[in-house]
Amino acid sequence: MSVDQTDFINALLDPNRAHPKGLVDPFGRFAGKRFDVYRNNVVASLIDAMQIAFPVINKLIGDVFFKTMAGIYVRKHPPSSPLLMFYGESFPAFLEGFKHVADLPYLADVARLELARRRCYHAADTVPIDADMLADIAPEALMASTFTLSPALELLSSPYPIFTIWNVNMIEDAPKPEAGGEFVLLTRPELDVEMQKIDHATHIFISTLKTHTLEQAYDTATRVSKDFDLSNAFNLLLKGKVITKIIAIGENNGIHSQHP
Amino acid sequence: MSQTSKILIVATAVSAALTTHATTAAAAGKEKCYGVALAGENGCSAGPGTSCAGTSMIDYQGNAWSLVPGGTCESIVVAPADDGTARTGSKKILERDIPT
Amino acid sequence: MAFHETIPNRIGVGYKPQHLDDILKDPSPIAWLEIHAENYMGGGGRPIAQLNRLREIFPISCHGVGLSIGGEDPLDKEHLSRLKHLVDWLNPGLFSEHLAWSTHAGHYLNDLLPVPYTQSTLDHVVSHITEVQDTLKRQMLLENPSTYCAFEQSEMSEIAFLTEVVDRSGCSLLLDINNVFISATNQKFAPNDYIDAYPLHHVGEMHLGGHTVDADDFSETLLIDSHAHSVVDPVWELYRYTLKKSGPRPTLIEWDNDIPIWDTLAQEAKLADDILAQTALVTS
Repeated sequence: MSVDQTDFINALLDPNRAHPKGLVDPFGRFAGKRFDVYRNNVVASLIDAMQIAFPVINKLIGDVFFKTMAGIYVRKHPPSSPLLMFYGESFPAFLEGFKHVADLPYLADVARLELARRRCYHAADTVPIDADMLADIAPEALMASTFTLSPALELLSSPYPIFTIWNVNMIEDAPKPEAGGEFVLLTRPELDVEMQKIDHATHIFISTLKTHTLEQAYDTATRVSKDFDLSNAFNLLLKGKVITKIIAIGENNGIHSQHP
Repeated sequence: MSQTSKILIVATAVSAALTTHATTAAAAGKEKCYGVALAGENGCSAGPGTSCAGTSMIDYQGNAWSLVPGGTCESIVVAPADDGTARTGSKKILERDIPT
Repeated sequence: MAFHETIPNRIGVGYKPQHLDDILKDPSPIAWLEIHAENYMGGGGRPIAQLNRLREIFPISCHGVGLSIGGEDPLDKEHLSRLKHLVDWLNPGLFSEHLAWSTHAGHYLNDLLPVPYTQSTLDHVVSHITEVQDTLKRQMLLENPSTYCAFEQSEMSEIAFLTEVVDRSGCSLLLDINNVFISATNQKFAPNDYIDAYPLHHVGEMHLGGHTVDADDFSETLLIDSHAHSVVDPVWELYRYTLKKSGPRPTLIEWDNDIPIWDTLAQEAKLADDILAQTALVTS
């Protein structure tokens, strides 16, 4: 009896399927538990990876529930890439459709935050501009400029207080969440992920700045709120070492930092 | 808003941000300590629980369960339910088949 | 900056981030480090920063766990190019992978799954190794698996299979002594016979590690390659036996689960280093 990798994988991921015939012990007998070693290891190691990857979801729903649910998830959505560090991309969507957590509608967005934290943690290293460069550009030229932002930058918005939920689970004595949406900014100025709650206008400003000029981003933000604080937004971007290049429109060469 | 006043706002904001940045950057210090990785790592061993029955029990129990989320979610109230009572998602027994 | 490139005939350990501070404080218990390639393919951030620091101090060996060399499917080109990017930057002393598969039909299963020893597997493995070596522009090492069951369709022994792979691809071998002991116990053969038949002159690196004892459906001992314990005495014995025949080789201690404090791992490295040093004296 010949076993190919399709037979193997089908039996591996479905515990209700029979073991592949053709796998044997040294006496030619049915492999049974010997095959289960692989069956267990695939699922157990992926559940383990999920637990490390989504610590706040794990705390919110508890260990036993998490592991059981993750067992279902990993069989339905095994990784598509060998990079375990990014595994669980489809977990938020899975949570949205999993009826046993329908009463916890914020879980999916908390999972999105945890995914974003991992992307931010692993993102490629970039060299930020020297902050003084901003002062060297005339305000008119700056307004017409576009900005290249670090790949570590992540922005999230949710109708739920995901930032506060994350904090209350991970940081001692953090304030308890109250109903209401939150906007979150993730940056990685050095090696650690820095997370902060921002307002709606700042969120719009930074996300618009990814693809538009400073003036366009500013206009969009002030349409959201007259109180938009541009100075604070710049401060966040500088502190987070988010700006890696400033490109003045009409100039052939962008104004950017010199790589050492 | 006139273009001139917008330019003034940008100029003021930039210089204010630079002043704040100069002070915080000096205070923040440079090097944070190295820590333990944030995500699951790839490995080449048979992971924890592989050989014990416990894991396979959890993995294999197939089609029905009676679990409820049992973590910190019980203390998190994020929105009132339709009837106006606080909604925590706790202690509501769910005993349904797992969707396949 | 000058990096150490050659992995010496000394003891290394599998690098774990939780040991970083201890290693930097006193690097003396070990002579080199091995990393799992996939954990350094994220792009940047702390993993790369740590590796960049460590390679100033130690020669680094790069051990892939996700290429699926034994897969029926073609190699994942995207993954191979990520590997090339890492290897080009790191320039590790050695690059090794496993005689196993982990990816099939777009699914990555995060385990080292077994292959049948057939002509058709041989063709896949040789062509995959050739592709890896051509892409990386360096020789790779192939590691013998720890196996729990056998395939009825196998046409040759593991040794015959590995020998043929070496002949046809020009790769060298990573001999995992713990895996030999595990497979020998699980498949009921004598581990020393395996070593006697093994093409030891092609071995560029050895692995040592701990395993977990279990039993199969018929109450036969079933050893699991857990890397969760210290090396057991029969594996130390088999290591001595092998070194006497092969001469000293770079040897790695693997401890990947229930990871101990650094001192425990350092002591394990010391035990291995002593054995290696004795062999070096005898064989020189």
